[in-house]
Amino acid sequence: MTETAPATATPGTPTDPGTGSIAGPSVAYQNWIDRQSRNRRQVQVGRALILIAFLALWEVAPRAGLVNPMLTSYPSAVWEGFLELLAQGNLGLHIGVTLLEVMISFAVAMILGTVVAICLWLSPMLEKILDPFLVVGNALPKIALVPIFYIWLGPQGSIYAVAIAVALFITILMLYTGFSQTDPNKIKLARTLGAGKRQILTKVVLPGNVHTFMATLKANVGLSLVGVIVGEFQASKAGLGYLIVYGSQIFRMDMVMAAIVILSLMSVAIYLAVQKAETWLIR
Amino acid sequence: MSAEQMPGRHREVPPKVEFRKVNLHYFSDEGETHAVKDMSFSVRPGEFVSIVGQSGCGKSTLLSLLSGLMHPTSGQVLIDGKPVRGPSPQVGFMLQQDTLFEWRTILENALLGPEIRGMDLAAARARAERILTSYGLGQFLHHKPGQLSGGMRQRAALGRTMCMEPDILLLDEPFSALDFQTRLSIAEEIGEIIRREGKTAILVTHDIPEAIALADRVVVLSPRPGRLKSIHEITFPSAGPTRPGSMAAREAAEFREYYHTIWTEMENHD
Repeated sequence: MTETAPATATPGTPTDPGTGSIAGPSVAYQNWIDRQSRNRRQVQVGRALILIAFLALWEVAPRAGLVNPMLTSYPSAVWEGFLELLAQGNLGLHIGVTLLEVMISFAVAMILGTVVAICLWLSPMLEKILDPFLVVGNALPKIALVPIFYIWLGPQGSIYAVAIAVALFITILMLYTGFSQTDPNKIKLARTLGAGKRQILTKVVLPGNVHTFMATLKANVGLSLVGVIVGEFQASKAGLGYLIVYGSQIFRMDMVMAAIVILSLMSVAIYLAVQKAETWLIR
Repeated sequence: MSAEQMPGRHREVPPKVEFRKVNLHYFSDEGETHAVKDMSFSVRPGEFVSIVGQSGCGKSTLLSLLSGLMHPTSGQVLIDGKPVRGPSPQVGFMLQQDTLFEWRTILENALLGPEIRGMDLAAARARAERILTSYGLGQFLHHKPGQLSGGMRQRAALGRTMCMEPDILLLDEPFSALDFQTRLSIAEEIGEIIRREGKTAILVTHDIPEAIALADRVVVLSPRPGRLKSIHEITFPSAGPTRPGSMAAREAAEFREYYHTIWTEMENHD
């Protein structure tokens, strides 16, 4: 756990003269390594300190009467609220409902967006025609459509509709931009080898845009989550969004905070899963 | 054999490639550009021709016309006496950048053409392995392009072109992205491979020494609109009966003379 000192105890004496390489790192290099690991430790300590200070302040200030605990709750109460939710036995349901809604809208937005982006790339004419509509569709705050979706599609349908709408346009635009920025020389080369439009798509554009695809996935995880929670705010019988609204209506800030903490853990987990998929895909 | 080495002696051989009064106009919102004007010349089978000229002389356009990516506004582009209709496996194109696909291994890159053309992949694979190995890339077949040096990448790109077994090679400044040292040795190497295999080659470059060192003839174009200025037969009698490699050619007594003539021509355009 301490410094890797033994290796540098005899820096000047190569133990493996056969390869001609220096056996141990030089003193200067060892110092540099030490400095690096010290920096890393400092970063971790700094992060831990901020978290601890935040939690401590949050715990102490309401208890000392500096702020109204009714408004802010405090960590130990949040923890108890969390345990209470667990005991009631439907916390898993709330998490599951939200997770499922996120997954479905995420997948639908991704697939639909990819199909549309491919169509736009295949037909420059279509792209030109649709361009202004896509720009407006992307700029419009989709949240504004929640009441309309609710009236049209009912409580469950509107949740999916908002989440998909929020993620769809950015998917189309990000993917299409990536497709259209494919190295023209690679496309030219494929054409000299006799590739038609479809082969250029499958051999050059799609495989050349794996990174665009991953960036879009990452952006969409957050966006679908936003859409789902907002949809649940409008109308729902279960889900973390429901829990937040319900908790605030009965003024149980501990319940609200617990739901938010779970939500943030969930978004981190999904993000990490996407990142895992990325390293596996790019390899 | 001697027909390939001294093509100048065999003018009666039907041309491999021929431009007949070719004109090409580009259209854009800004207006119309006359890129190539009344271009006529031909290339004999097995001949290595370099095309030089300042930018805007349409030299890359000529290659696009030959590869079937573009079609002349008027006139004819012929290969083996037949008009070019579109990209053909008979014509291999090497671009300025090696344009290797970084998500494919070297071997998979070489198989791109056969995949696109729907050729027998097992045979193509064996061919690609043989070609790449003969270019010194045997140990790197399953490496990604990012792991290779610039010179190796350019050899891999040549391997990809050769895997289609073309008999005409179009080289669009294929060495210009390399550093000077690598550029000289890769040019020598690739020139040697092309000659050994008896391919007809057309090299576009703005590097006059490179053009002279590799070619049997140098075609000089003048810009705006691109048109034929002159054609120079390149021979090196002082270097012996066979044509020297590009490195030796640079050392030959005649080299300086050719360089001076062509350079002067490119400077003083009418």
